[in-house]
Amino acid sequence: MKDTPAQSSPIITLENVEKYYGDYHALRGISAEIGQGEFFSLLGPSGCGKTTLLRTIAGFEALSSGRLTIDGRDMAGVPANKRPTNMVFQSYAIFPHLSVAENVGFGLRRAPLSKAEKARAVGEALEMVGLAGYGARAAHALSGGQRQRVALARALILKPKVLLLDEPLSALDKKLREQMQLELRRLQRQVGITFILVTHDQEEALIMSDRIAVMFEGQIAQLDAPQMLYRRPVTRQVGEFIGVMNFLPARATMTDQDHIEVEASGLGRAVIGPDQVPGGFHPGQTASVGIRPETMSILFAGETTDRRVATGIVEDRAYYGDMTYYEVRLEGVERPMTISMKNLVGRPVLDRGAEARVAWDAGSLVLFA
Amino acid sequence: MKTLRVYAILYLCFLYAPIALLPIFAFNDGTIIAFPLRGFTLEWFRELAEIPALHEAVGNSLMIAVFSSLLATVLGICAARAGTRFEFPGKKGILGLIMLPLVLPEIIVAVSLLVVLLQLGLSLGAWSVILGHVLICMPFSIAILNASFQSLDVALEEAAIDLGETRLSSFRLITLPLVMPGIISSLLIAFTISLDEFIIAFFLTGTEPTLPVYLWGQLRFPQKIPVVMALGTLLVVASVILLTLAEYFRRRGAARTGQADSGGFL
Amino acid sequence: MSESKALPKLGQSEAAQGYLLIAPPLLYALALLAVPLGAIVLFSFWSQDYLTLDHALTLKNYREAFSEPLYGQLLLRSLMISGAVTVVTVLSAFPIAYFVSFHVAPGRKSMWIFLITIPFWTSYLIRVFLWKVILGYNGVLNTTLQGLGFIDEPLTFILYNANAVVITLAHAFAPFAILPIFVALEKIDRSLLEAGRDLGESHLMTFWRVTLPLAMPGVVAAVLIVFIPTVGDYVTPRLVGGPGGLMIANMIQTQFLKLNNAPMGAALAVLAMAMVTAVSILFILINRRFLKGSK
Repeated sequence: MKDTPAQSSPIITLENVEKYYGDYHALRGISAEIGQGEFFSLLGPSGCGKTTLLRTIAGFEALSSGRLTIDGRDMAGVPANKRPTNMVFQSYAIFPHLSVAENVGFGLRRAPLSKAEKARAVGEALEMVGLAGYGARAAHALSGGQRQRVALARALILKPKVLLLDEPLSALDKKLREQMQLELRRLQRQVGITFILVTHDQEEALIMSDRIAVMFEGQIAQLDAPQMLYRRPVTRQVGEFIGVMNFLPARATMTDQDHIEVEASGLGRAVIGPDQVPGGFHPGQTASVGIRPETMSILFAGETTDRRVATGIVEDRAYYGDMTYYEVRLEGVERPMTISMKNLVGRPVLDRGAEARVAWDAGSLVLFA
Repeated sequence: MKTLRVYAILYLCFLYAPIALLPIFAFNDGTIIAFPLRGFTLEWFRELAEIPALHEAVGNSLMIAVFSSLLATVLGICAARAGTRFEFPGKKGILGLIMLPLVLPEIIVAVSLLVVLLQLGLSLGAWSVILGHVLICMPFSIAILNASFQSLDVALEEAAIDLGETRLSSFRLITLPLVMPGIISSLLIAFTISLDEFIIAFFLTGTEPTLPVYLWGQLRFPQKIPVVMALGTLLVVASVILLTLAEYFRRRGAARTGQADSGGFL
Repeated sequence: MSESKALPKLGQSEAAQGYLLIAPPLLYALALLAVPLGAIVLFSFWSQDYLTLDHALTLKNYREAFSEPLYGQLLLRSLMISGAVTVVTVLSAFPIAYFVSFHVAPGRKSMWIFLITIPFWTSYLIRVFLWKVILGYNGVLNTTLQGLGFIDEPLTFILYNANAVVITLAHAFAPFAILPIFVALEKIDRSLLEAGRDLGESHLMTFWRVTLPLAMPGVVAAVLIVFIPTVGDYVTPRLVGGPGGLMIANMIQTQFLKLNNAPMGAALAVLAMAMVTAVSILFILINRRFLKGSK
C-alpha cells in the first residue's frame, strides 16, 4: 500500500497500534503519521474502529500493544487529562448545569490565570466560533448548531496540539451540516492546529480533509489525499465506499513495465499505466476494472467524439434537476452501469429502452485484483 | 371517555378516604371515633405535648430515619452507578438480590434478621432497626437514583477529564451536581419509609420503641384513639411535605439535564 | 510496551470497576439479607423446647405444620386472601393506569402519578386503623349509609373478616399495581394503535389485540409486586381481620415473640415463601409469551 506521507513534520505517530476488547480485535496494526496543522479524517462504516482509534489518541482507551506518540512524546501512561489533545464529542457533552461561559471556561479552572484573563479568553473563544455575547445563556437552552460551537470553543480554549472531533456534524440537519463543514475548515486554517475528524460520511471527509484514512474492520485500507482516494482507490471496497464506482469483469496481462493490457467486458481492450493499478498488479488473478460515472458520457444523436465508444441500452434513469443518472447495460455485460450527465441547455433526457452510445477513456480505468 | 374520568376520580376518593378522615376526628371533641361529630377541639393536639414516652419514640424514629436514609442513599449511589455505567458478569443477579426486599414480605426480613442477631448474642436496639430499614429503603433509593444516573451522558465525565480534570474531580464537578436532585429525593423517600415502617421496628426495636411501635401499643386503648388521630394528622402533613419536596427535587433534576418529565418515583 | 498497565484508572477493566462499586451494597445485602434468609431455612430444621435450642436437624416442624390443621388453614387462607387482593387491586388499578397514560395530557401525567402515590407514603399503621374506623359496626360507612336511609341495620360483613382484609390491602397496594401497568402502557408506541385501527379493528378489538398484550409485562409485574408481599402482611389482618381474617404472618409473629418457638415460626415462614414462590413461578410461566422481548 503506497500511502502518501504527511506533508509537514508529524505531530502524531501511530506504530502497529492494536486494541482488543476481550476477544474482539478492534484495531489491527494501525500505523500512520499525522502532520502538524493537517486536517485529517478517519473515514469508515460503523464498527470499523475509527472511533476507537480516536479515543485511543485522546487517552480514553488504552492500547493493547503498539506505540503512540504525540508531539514526539510517547503517550504510554499519560492519562487523557494530561494529553495535549482536546475533543469535541458526538453528543457535544455540553455540561447542562453550567452556562455557556462556564462550559467554555471549564478547562481553565486549573490554569494560573486571573479571573479577568479567564473571562477574556472565554470571550475570545466564543467570538471565534461566532457566539459572542452568548456567555450568560443556559447551556440546555441552545440549539444543536450552537451546542456544537460551544463544544468547539470549549475544546479550543486550551490551545491543544490536536483537536479530536467524533462525528461532530452527524446530529445536525443537512443545511446546517453543509454550513458547518465549511466553517470547521475555516476555523482549522485560522487556528492552524491539527484536526482529526471521525466520520462515516465520505462526502464530508472529501470536502474537509487534507488527507483521509479509510478504515475497514480495524485496519487502514488506504491513506491518501481526497483526489487520490477518489481517483485511485486501492481496493474495490474503497472504490465502492467513496462515491459511486462501476465495476466490470476484466482480464489483464502485463506487456511491459509501463503497460498493462486490459480486456474489460462491454468496453473492450485498453492499455493502461501502472498508476492505474494502485493496489498492485497480480498476474493470473481474476480482475475487475472500476470506472466512475462522471468520467463517461452518453453521446446524443449526431454527436461525435475521438474518445472510445461502447454501446448499450438505457435500463433506467433518475432525473435530479442538475444531473441525470442513467443505468446503462453495455452489450455483453450482466449488470447495468451508472453514468451521470449534466443537464446542459438543449441536452435531451433519454428514455428507458433507448439505445445509448457511451464515450469513455482508458485513463479513467482503475484495475483491481 | 367520561366514564373513565369519573372512575378515576372515584378511585382517588377511595385512595384518599382514610387520610381525609384523620383531621376530621383529630379535631372532633369526642372520644368515640364515629359520626356524628361533636364539636371542634384542639385538646388532642395539646395532649400530644404531654406524653414523654411519645417524645422519646419520636426522637428514636427521627434518629433511625436519618441514619437509615443516609446509609441507604450512599449504598444506593454505589449500586445505581455500577448498574447504569458498567457491564459485568452477574450484574442482573446481584441487583436482583439487592432489590429483593421490594417484594419480600417485611415480616420475613424482620424474623430472619431477628434470628441471626439473637443467635450472635447481640442485644436489639435502634441500630438493629437501622440495619433492617437500610435493607428495605435501598431498593427505593436505587430506583430513584437509577433514573438520575441513566439520564447522564457518559461523555460528560469524559469531556471533563479531557479538559484536564481527574476522575474524582470530574465526578465532583459534573456528575454529583447533576445527580444531586436524585440524591436529595432518595434521602427524603428513604427517610419517609423508615419513619413509617412498623413490622421491622416491631421485631427489632428492643426496649426503645419507634413512633409506629408506640402507636401500635396505643391502638389497643379506645380512650387514646383521638390522640392517635391528632398524631396521625401531624404525620400525614409531615409525609406530604417531605414527598412534595422529594418530587420537587426530582423534577428539578429532570429539568436541569433538559430531559422530558416521565413522572413518578418508581 | 503495553500502555494498559500504565493507564491505571481509565484503562482498568470495566468489570473490575463495576464490581468495586457494587461491592458495598452487595456485601450489605449478602450479610443482612442472604445470610439471614439462609439462617431462617436452617432454623426451620432445628427445634426448640422453651429456651433451649436443639441444633440437631429434624423435620419435626414441617411434620407439625402439615399435621396441625390450623397451620395449613392459615397458609391456605393467606394465599386465598392474597390472591383475592391481587385480583381486586390489579383489576381496579388497570383502568386508572390506562386513563392516566392515554387520556391525561402529557404535562399533567406526573401530577396524577404523584397524587396516586401520596396516600401510599403516609403512615401504613394509621391508614389501616382508619379502615377499621370506616368499616366498623358504628363506623363511617355504616352511619353514613344509615343516615342516608340506604340500610336499616349496620352491615356486618365488612369488618373483622377476610373481606375487610381484602378491601384494606387493596387500598394499601394500589400504587404498586398502578405504576408498573402505567409504565408498560407509556412504552406502547401510539402509532401501533393507529395501525390497529387502520387495519380495520374497532377500538375495543384494538385494545384487546394490541394494547392489552403489550401491557401484559406491566400487569405481570403488578400481580407479583402485590401478591408476594401481601401474603406476609401482619398489620391488616390483625387490625381488621378478626379471628376469621388472621393470616400466616400473625402466626409467625406468635411463634417468634409469644411462644418462643422460633424454629416453628421459621418453618412456617419458609413454607409461606415456598408457596408464594411456586405460585409466582407458575404465574410467570403461564404468561411467558407476553414477557418475551420485554426486559
